[in-house]
Amino acid sequence: MTDGKSLDFRIPSDVQYIEGVVGQVVERCQALAYSRRHTALNVPVALTEALSNAILRGNGDDARRAVVVRVEIDDVQLVAEVRDEGTGFDLLACTEDSTSAENLHREDGRGLFLMQKLMDRVERYTEQATGGNVVRLVLHRA
Amino acid sequence: MSFSVSKVGDVTVVEVEGQLIVGNRQDLKQKVLDEVDKGARKIMIDFERTGYIDSSGLGVLVSLAKRIRDSGGELRLANLHDELQTLFELTKLDTLFQISKTRAHALESF
Repeated sequence: MTDGKSLDFRIPSDVQYIEGVVGQVVERCQALAYSRRHTALNVPVALTEALSNAILRGNGDDARRAVVVRVEIDDVQLVAEVRDEGTGFDLLACTEDSTSAENLHREDGRGLFLMQKLMDRVERYTEQATGGNVVRLVLHRA
Repeated sequence: MSFSVSKVGDVTVVEVEGQLIVGNRQDLKQKVLDEVDKGARKIMIDFERTGYIDSSGLGVLVSLAKRIRDSGGELRLANLHDELQTLFELTKLDTLFQISKTRAHALESF
């Protein structure tokens, strides 16, 4: 990775903060000539899903709990780590095929599905130092 | 982000400016349901000035489509840019909604 710098955020668990964080990340991607599809679809939607999951599920929509975001972006890839104070979840088990006949008409359940469709890699792990739950998104620019 | 409502003949047109995401989706839902309560049965949502939509925004559209249909009405979507069209295709919601390329086509489709 070359010319990489990180963007760091620490926000309360309030969904009103999501758009501001996403906007700054998209702006950085645009400056590094990420494609229109990346900056108008993949990055904003996947990051919004990760943030809303952290706020609403990980932290239970409790504004006293923080969500910490670190995004490393360069001309090769974007790596975003979103950490909440929850106990974590099984990424594979919780991801449903939203396009199946039984799920298509559902109002919810598309968040993890979209993250996986829009990113090159999605991982979840528990951070050893803090015990926090981390979702890691990776998107290659090329 | 803002939503505006106007009338074109007997069609209620709702424009979404900015993002349709978890932080504002309930505003759109309420705005459209208010129109349904007032008697609107032909409703078009115009996404010409929309940025991106997240899963909760998609969920609200699914919910509204059902509510409008249950009220004997119809919902049309119009003016999705390429990335929004891709989003609907990825989720196969393009099979659930009637989507028009332009506002004029959507108006004609009722």
